Amino acid sequence: MKTKNSNIKKYLKILSQFENLSKVRKFVSDAAKDFGFDDDEINRIALAVDEACTNIIRHAYENKNDKTIEIYLSTSDYSFEVRIIDYGKPFEPKKVKKPDLQHHLEKYNKGGLGMFLMRSLMDKVQYQINKNNCNEVRLIKKLHK
Amino acid sequence: MNEFKIKIREQSNVQIVDLKGYLDAHTAPEFEQTMQKLINEKKYNILVNCKNLSYISSAGLGVFMAYIEEIRKYKGDIKLANMPPKIYNVFDILGFPLIYEIYNNEEEALNKFLKKS
Repeated sequence: MKTKNSNIKKYLKILSQFENLSKVRKFVSDAAKDFGFDDDEINRIALAVDEACTNIIRHAYENKNDKTIEIYLSTSDYSFEVRIIDYGKPFEPKKVKKPDLQHHLEKYNKGGLGMFLMRSLMDKVQYQINKNNCNEVRLIKKLHK
Repeated sequence: MNEFKIKIREQSNVQIVDLKGYLDAHTAPEFEQTMQKLINEKKYNILVNCKNLSYISSAGLGVFMAYIEEIRKYKGDIKLANMPPKIYNVFDILGFPLIYEIYNNEEEALNKFLKKS
Protein backbone atom coordinates (compact mmCIF):
# COMPACT_ATOMS: atom_id res chain seq x y z
CA MET A 1 0.00 0.00 0.00
CA LYS A 2 1.24 3.48 -0.80
CA THR A 3 0.62 6.61 1.11
CA LYS A 4 -1.78 8.95 -0.61
CA ASN A 5 -0.20 11.96 0.98
CA SER A 6 3.11 11.37 2.69
CA ASN A 7 3.76 14.90 3.82
CA ILE A 8 1.16 15.94 6.33
CA LYS A 9 1.73 18.61 8.95
CA LYS A 10 -1.29 19.78 10.87
CA TYR A 11 -2.06 21.45 14.14
CA LEU A 12 -5.15 21.75 16.31
CA LYS A 13 -5.57 23.55 19.59
CA ILE A 14 -8.59 22.86 21.77
CA LEU A 15 -9.89 23.79 25.19
CA SER A 16 -9.92 21.00 27.76
CA GLN A 17 -13.58 20.15 27.31
CA PHE A 18 -14.98 16.70 26.58
CA GLU A 19 -17.33 18.16 23.97
CA ASN A 20 -14.23 18.90 21.88
CA LEU A 21 -13.36 15.20 21.60
CA SER A 22 -15.50 14.86 18.48
CA LYS A 23 -13.56 17.71 16.87
CA VAL A 24 -10.29 15.96 17.75
CA ARG A 25 -11.47 12.64 16.30
CA LYS A 26 -12.51 14.31 13.05
CA PHE A 27 -9.23 16.18 12.79
CA VAL A 28 -7.20 13.01 13.27
CA SER A 29 -9.46 10.80 11.14
CA ASP A 30 -9.35 13.15 8.16
CA ALA A 31 -5.55 13.24 8.22
CA ALA A 32 -5.24 9.46 8.73
CA LYS A 33 -7.52 8.91 5.76
CA ASP A 34 -5.50 11.36 3.71
CA PHE A 35 -2.35 9.44 4.62
CA GLY A 36 -3.83 6.19 3.32
CA PHE A 37 -5.03 4.20 6.36
CA ASP A 38 -8.09 2.00 5.97
CA ASP A 39 -11.28 2.55 7.97
CA ASP A 40 -10.32 0.12 10.72
CA GLU A 41 -6.96 1.80 11.28
CA ILE A 42 -8.51 5.26 11.12
CA ASN A 43 -10.92 4.25 13.88
CA ARG A 44 -8.08 2.90 15.99
CA ILE A 45 -5.99 6.04 15.67
CA ALA A 46 -8.95 8.33 16.41
CA LEU A 47 -9.81 6.26 19.50
CA ALA A 48 -6.22 6.33 20.77
CA VAL A 49 -6.06 10.12 20.43
CA ASP A 50 -9.48 10.45 22.11
CA GLU A 51 -8.18 8.36 25.03
CA ALA A 52 -5.05 10.50 25.33
CA CYS A 53 -7.08 13.74 25.38
CA THR A 54 -9.63 12.26 27.80
CA ASN A 55 -6.80 11.31 30.18
CA ILE A 56 -5.33 14.81 29.94
CA ILE A 57 -8.64 16.50 30.74
CA ARG A 58 -9.37 14.09 33.61
CA HIS A 59 -5.94 13.74 35.17
CA ALA A 60 -3.51 16.44 34.00
CA TYR A 61 -6.15 19.19 34.15
CA GLU A 62 -8.39 17.54 36.77
CA ASN A 63 -11.51 18.35 34.74
CA LYS A 64 -10.80 22.07 34.51
CA ASN A 65 -12.34 23.23 31.25
CA ASP A 66 -10.33 26.35 30.42
CA LYS A 67 -6.95 24.75 29.73
CA THR A 68 -5.41 24.03 26.37
CA ILE A 69 -4.44 20.86 24.56
CA GLU A 70 -2.31 21.07 21.43
CA ILE A 71 -2.27 18.34 18.85
CA TYR A 72 0.41 18.11 16.17
CA LEU A 73 0.15 15.63 13.31
CA SER A 74 3.09 14.79 11.13
CA THR A 75 4.02 12.03 8.77
CA SER A 76 7.20 10.64 7.33
CA ASP A 77 7.55 7.73 4.95
CA TYR A 78 5.13 5.18 6.38
CA SER A 79 4.86 6.63 9.83
CA PHE A 80 1.94 8.67 11.18
CA GLU A 81 2.74 10.56 14.34
CA VAL A 82 0.45 12.41 16.72
CA ARG A 83 1.96 14.59 19.46
CA ILE A 84 -0.39 15.77 22.16
CA ILE A 85 0.76 18.48 24.51
CA ASP A 86 -0.69 19.75 27.76
CA TYR A 87 0.47 22.05 30.54
CA GLY A 88 -1.14 20.26 33.46
CA LYS A 89 -0.01 17.91 36.17
CA PRO A 90 2.83 15.73 34.94
CA PHE A 91 1.99 12.14 34.28
CA GLU A 92 4.34 9.40 35.39
CA PRO A 93 3.52 6.42 33.29
CA LYS A 94 3.88 3.29 35.31
CA LYS A 95 4.02 0.04 33.54
CA VAL A 96 0.38 -0.42 32.86
CA LYS A 97 -0.48 -4.03 32.36
CA LYS A 98 -3.64 -5.35 30.83
CA PRO A 99 -6.31 -4.34 33.31
CA ASP A 100 -7.51 -7.11 35.57
CA LEU A 101 -11.22 -6.81 34.93
CA GLN A 102 -12.23 -8.70 38.05
CA HIS A 103 -10.10 -6.35 40.09
CA HIS A 104 -11.66 -3.38 38.32
CA LEU A 105 -15.13 -4.67 39.01
CA GLU A 106 -14.37 -5.08 42.68
CA LYS A 107 -12.87 -1.66 43.04
CA TYR A 108 -15.16 0.21 40.62
CA ASN A 109 -11.98 1.50 39.18
CA LYS A 110 -12.47 2.88 35.72
CA GLY A 111 -8.94 4.19 35.26
CA GLY A 112 -6.24 2.46 33.31
CA LEU A 113 -8.44 1.25 30.49
CA GLY A 114 -7.67 4.26 28.31
CA MET A 115 -3.94 3.82 28.64
CA PHE A 116 -4.17 0.13 27.88
CA LEU A 117 -6.32 0.85 24.82
CA MET A 118 -3.84 3.42 23.52
CA ARG A 119 -1.00 0.93 23.77
CA SER A 120 -3.04 -1.75 22.06
CA LEU A 121 -4.24 0.48 19.25
CA MET A 122 -0.99 2.19 18.30
CA ASP A 123 2.47 0.89 17.39
CA LYS A 124 4.21 3.17 19.83
CA VAL A 125 3.14 5.31 22.79
CA GLN A 126 5.69 7.55 24.51
CA TYR A 127 5.41 10.03 27.34
CA GLN A 128 7.82 12.79 28.11
CA ILE A 129 7.99 15.95 30.18
CA ASN A 130 9.48 18.80 28.15
CA LYS A 131 11.73 21.58 29.40
CA ASN A 132 8.99 24.21 29.43
CA ASN A 133 6.94 22.11 31.85
CA CYS A 134 4.64 20.68 29.27
CA ASN A 135 3.73 17.03 29.01
CA GLU A 136 3.91 15.31 25.68
CA VAL A 137 2.33 12.08 24.53
CA ARG A 138 3.53 10.71 21.20
CA LEU A 139 1.41 8.18 19.40
CA ILE A 140 2.83 6.50 16.33
CA LYS A 141 1.17 4.23 13.80
CA LYS A 142 2.88 2.69 10.81
CA LEU A 143 1.16 2.27 7.51
CA HIS A 144 1.72 -1.34 6.51
CA LYS A 145 3.27 -1.65 3.11
CA MET B 1 -23.15 14.61 13.73
CA ASN B 2 -21.42 12.98 16.69
CA GLU B 3 -24.55 13.08 18.76
CA PHE B 4 -25.60 10.43 21.22
CA LYS B 5 -29.08 9.19 21.98
CA ILE B 6 -30.53 6.66 24.38
CA LYS B 7 -33.95 5.08 24.12
CA ILE B 8 -35.45 2.56 26.52
CA ARG B 9 -38.04 -0.05 25.62
CA GLU B 10 -39.43 -2.80 27.81
CA GLN B 11 -40.16 -6.31 26.67
CA SER B 12 -40.97 -9.30 28.88
CA ASN B 13 -39.62 -7.54 31.94
CA VAL B 14 -36.32 -6.78 30.20
CA GLN B 15 -35.20 -3.19 29.69
CA ILE B 16 -33.85 -2.76 26.19
CA VAL B 17 -31.48 0.19 26.00
CA ASP B 18 -30.90 1.41 22.45
CA LEU B 19 -27.65 3.32 22.13
CA LYS B 20 -27.16 5.51 19.09
CA GLY B 21 -24.16 7.53 18.00
CA TYR B 22 -20.98 8.36 19.84
CA LEU B 23 -20.33 7.20 23.40
CA ASP B 24 -17.28 9.05 24.71
CA ALA B 25 -16.28 11.01 27.82
CA HIS B 26 -18.67 13.78 26.78
CA THR B 27 -21.73 11.54 26.44
CA ALA B 28 -20.90 8.79 28.98
CA PRO B 29 -22.52 10.71 31.90
CA GLU B 30 -25.88 10.49 30.10
CA PHE B 31 -25.53 6.71 29.78
CA GLU B 32 -24.42 6.53 33.39
CA GLN B 33 -27.54 8.40 34.53
CA THR B 34 -29.73 6.06 32.50
CA MET B 35 -28.16 3.00 34.10
CA GLN B 36 -28.42 4.52 37.55
CA LYS B 37 -32.09 5.30 36.98
CA LEU B 38 -32.82 1.70 35.94
CA ILE B 39 -31.06 0.42 39.06
CA ASN B 40 -32.93 2.88 41.26
CA GLU B 41 -36.14 1.50 39.78
CA LYS B 42 -34.90 -2.03 40.57
CA LYS B 43 -34.83 -2.93 36.89
CA TYR B 44 -31.90 -5.29 36.76
CA ASN B 45 -32.43 -7.12 33.47
CA ILE B 46 -30.79 -4.85 30.96
CA LEU B 47 -30.19 -5.58 27.30
CA VAL B 48 -28.03 -3.01 25.56
CA ASN B 49 -28.72 -2.86 21.84
CA CYS B 50 -25.58 -1.56 20.13
CA LYS B 51 -26.92 -1.70 16.58
CA ASN B 52 -26.69 2.05 16.02
CA LEU B 53 -23.70 2.68 18.25
CA SER B 54 -21.04 4.29 16.05
CA TYR B 55 -18.27 4.74 18.56
CA ILE B 56 -17.21 3.80 22.07
CA SER B 57 -14.21 4.89 24.14
CA SER B 58 -13.06 3.72 27.56
CA ALA B 59 -15.33 6.32 29.17
CA GLY B 60 -18.30 4.43 27.73
CA LEU B 61 -16.88 1.04 28.63
CA GLY B 62 -16.38 2.28 32.16
CA VAL B 63 -20.15 2.69 32.54
CA PHE B 64 -20.67 -1.00 31.78
CA MET B 65 -18.06 -1.84 34.39
CA ALA B 66 -19.41 0.50 37.03
CA TYR B 67 -22.78 -1.21 37.29
CA ILE B 68 -22.34 -4.86 36.37
CA GLU B 69 -21.43 -6.07 39.82
CA GLU B 70 -24.35 -4.38 41.53
CA ILE B 71 -26.77 -5.62 38.86
CA ARG B 72 -25.54 -9.21 39.19
CA LYS B 73 -25.79 -8.99 42.94
CA TYR B 74 -29.53 -8.56 42.42
CA LYS B 75 -29.59 -11.53 40.01
CA GLY B 76 -29.86 -9.32 36.98
CA ASP B 77 -27.46 -8.88 34.09
CA ILE B 78 -26.30 -6.55 31.37
CA LYS B 79 -26.30 -8.41 28.06
CA LEU B 80 -25.32 -6.89 24.78
CA ALA B 81 -26.59 -7.43 21.26
CA ASN B 82 -26.14 -6.30 17.65
CA MET B 83 -22.62 -5.12 18.16
CA PRO B 84 -21.01 -3.69 15.00
CA PRO B 85 -17.52 -5.16 14.40
CA LYS B 86 -15.70 -1.92 15.16
CA ILE B 87 -17.44 -1.69 18.53
CA TYR B 88 -16.80 -5.38 19.26
CA ASN B 89 -13.10 -4.84 18.51
CA VAL B 90 -12.82 -2.32 21.34
CA PHE B 91 -14.64 -4.63 23.76
CA ASP B 92 -12.40 -7.46 22.66
CA ILE B 93 -9.11 -5.60 23.19
CA LEU B 94 -10.05 -5.14 26.84
CA GLY B 95 -11.27 -8.70 27.34
CA PHE B 96 -14.86 -7.65 27.94
CA PRO B 97 -16.33 -10.68 26.12
CA LEU B 98 -15.15 -12.74 29.13
CA ILE B 99 -17.26 -10.65 31.48
CA TYR B 100 -20.30 -9.81 29.36
CA GLU B 101 -22.57 -11.97 27.24
CA ILE B 102 -22.68 -10.60 23.72
CA TYR B 103 -25.32 -11.88 21.29
CA ASN B 104 -25.74 -11.52 17.56
CA ASN B 105 -29.24 -10.18 17.90
CA GLU B 106 -31.79 -8.90 20.36
CA GLU B 107 -33.94 -12.03 20.23
CA GLU B 108 -31.10 -14.32 21.34
CA ALA B 109 -30.27 -12.05 24.24
CA LEU B 110 -33.93 -11.75 25.25
CA ASN B 111 -34.31 -15.53 25.21
CA LYS B 112 -31.36 -15.86 27.57
CA PHE B 113 -33.06 -13.54 30.04
CA LEU B 114 -36.36 -15.41 29.71
CA LYS B 115 -34.80 -18.84 30.18
CA LYS B 116 -33.24 -17.68 33.40
CA SER B 117 -36.44 -16.30 34.94
